Amino acid sequence: MQASSKPGLSVNIVTNTGTGTHSETGPLPMRMTVSKVNFYYGSKQILFDINLGIADKRVTALIGPSGCGKSTLLRAMNRMHETVHTSRLEGEIQLDGQNILAQDVTSLRRRVGMVFQRPNPFPKSIFDNVAYGLRINGIKGSTSEMVEKSLRRAALWEEVKDHLHKSAYDLSGGQQQRLCIARALAVEPEVLLLDEPCSALDPISTAKIEELLVELKSLTTITIVTHNMQQAARVSDFTAFLLTGQMIEFSPTPQLFTTPSDPRTEAYITGRFG
Amino acid sequence: MSARIKWRRFVSNFMLTLTGVCAIVSVSVLFFILGYLVFNGGTSINWAFFTRLPTPVGEAGGGMANAIIGSAKLLMAASLLGVPIGFLGGIYLAEFSGSAVASVVRYAADLLNGVPSIVIGIFAYSLVVLPFKHFSTLAGAFALGLMMIPITLRSTEEFLNGVPRYLREAAMALGASKWKTIASVVVPAAYRGILTAILLALARVAGETAPLLFTAFGNRFWSPGWEQPTASLPVMIFTYAVSPYEDWHRQAWAAGLVLLGLILIINILARTILSRGIAVPRS
Repeated sequence: MQASSKPGLSVNIVTNTGTGTHSETGPLPMRMTVSKVNFYYGSKQILFDINLGIADKRVTALIGPSGCGKSTLLRAMNRMHETVHTSRLEGEIQLDGQNILAQDVTSLRRRVGMVFQRPNPFPKSIFDNVAYGLRINGIKGSTSEMVEKSLRRAALWEEVKDHLHKSAYDLSGGQQQRLCIARALAVEPEVLLLDEPCSALDPISTAKIEELLVELKSLTTITIVTHNMQQAARVSDFTAFLLTGQMIEFSPTPQLFTTPSDPRTEAYITGRFG
Repeated sequence: MSARIKWRRFVSNFMLTLTGVCAIVSVSVLFFILGYLVFNGGTSINWAFFTRLPTPVGEAGGGMANAIIGSAKLLMAASLLGVPIGFLGGIYLAEFSGSAVASVVRYAADLLNGVPSIVIGIFAYSLVVLPFKHFSTLAGAFALGLMMIPITLRSTEEFLNGVPRYLREAAMALGASKWKTIASVVVPAAYRGILTAILLALARVAGETAPLLFTAFGNRFWSPGWEQPTASLPVMIFTYAVSPYEDWHRQAWAAGLVLLGLILIINILARTILSRGIAVPRS
C-alpha cells in the first residue's frame, strides 16, 4: 500500500476489508505491533493485555479518559517508561518485526521519536535544538541543511529562519512545540509518538500542528495520544479507545466515531463520561 | 471597626516593622564592617601594599605581595582538588545513585561541611605536613580543598536536581544515552548555578584562617613552588592583628579590606555569570 496524504484513502481500504479490529485492516503493512502487553507500576497494573498494530505511514490515535493508560502505552513504545524504576512490562512490542525490548534502547529511541505534552525545548538556540539529535547520534552530512529541512517539515522555517541563533524560549508555545517536532524529525525517525502534543496550546497553534501531522504521514508513521476526540477524528486514520487499562475498541477512525461496535465507546464519544 | 480587625492590623504592622528592622540590621552589619575596614585600613592601601614584601618590625612601609600571591596559589590548588571531586560526586549523587546510597553520601557531605575548619587543619597537618616534615602551600591547599568538596558536591547536586525532568526526557527520546543526556543537556542547563556555587565556595575558603595556621603556616618572604611554607592573607591578618605594633595593625586592616574586596569581586563575577546565557524558565 502506497502512502498518501489524502485522508480519505485509508477509509476506503477499510470499508472494503471489514468491520473491526486491526487484524482486519487488510493489506496495510504494520510498522509496530503491540502484543499481549501488561504493564505495572509497582504492584498496580496499568495496562491489561493490550494488542495494537500501528500501520505504516498512517496516523493512529489513542483516546480515552484520563488515567486510562493511553500515555503509558505510548511511552512503552519507545521504552520511555524505563525511566521510572518501579515499572514493569510483560508481553512484546515489535518494530519492523523485532522485539524492541531486546534492542539497544538508545538506537531504538532514535528510530522511534517522541513529542511530549508540554513543549520542552532545550535551553539552547533554535538551531542547536534541532541539531541536537544529529550531533549526539553522530549523523554525517551538513547539519545546517538538515536543520533547515527539519524546520521546513515542521512548518516553522519561515517563522524562524532569520533568528536561528536566538533562544528557543523566545518562541511562542505553539512554535516551541513545532520546534520539538522538528527536533524529533531531524533524526528521521521511522515512528513518531506524540503525547497530547496540543494540550498546552491555543486553538490556532493546535490547528497548525494538526495540519502538520496530516502532512507528515507521508514521511513517517505517527501515533498520537489525545484527550480531544475531535482531534482524533480530524487527524487520524485509526483510533484505539482505551478504558481503565483495557483496549475497548480499535477501528478505522470514521468507523469508530460513526458506528462504534462497543457500547462503552459510544458512551465515551457521545460525551456520557470522560 | 471591630476590635478584632484592629488587633489584626496591629499584629500585621508590628510583624512587618519587625522583619523590616531585622533586614536593615543584617545589611548594615556588612556596611559597618566595610566602613570600618576602609576607615582603618584605607590609608595603608597603596601600590607598595600589592607589590612589596613585608618589612622587618620597626621599618615603615612594605606590603603583602607574598600573602596575596600565596592566597591565590592556595585557592587555585584547592580548587583543583575540591571542584572536580565535588562536581563529579554531585553528578553521581543527583543522577546515578539509588536513594539509599544518595542519602548516606548526602549526610556524610553535610557532616564534612560541619567539621570545624581547625579540625580539617589538624587532619591536613597529620596527613600532609608530618610525612613531608615541613609546612607547604600544598598542605594548605589540601586543607582548603577538603573544605570545598562538600559545598561543591551539595550545590552541584541541588542544581542538577533543579533541571526539569522533561529536558532529560527530551534528550533520551532522541536517543541520547544517560551520560550523554547529563553531559549535553542537564549539566549545561545547570552550569550557571553550579559555577556560581563553586565561586561562592571559593569565596568562603578564601577567608579561612584556622586550617592554614599549621599547614601553609606563614612566610615573611616569597614562597617559590609548592613545597615551601607560604604567607596567606587570612593568616597575615591574624599575625599582624595580634602583634603589638601600630603599623602592623593598620596593615592588618588593609589586608582585611583587600580580602573582602576579593570576595566581593568573586561574588559580582558569580552574579554576572548567572545573568548570562539561556536560562531554563521556571514553571
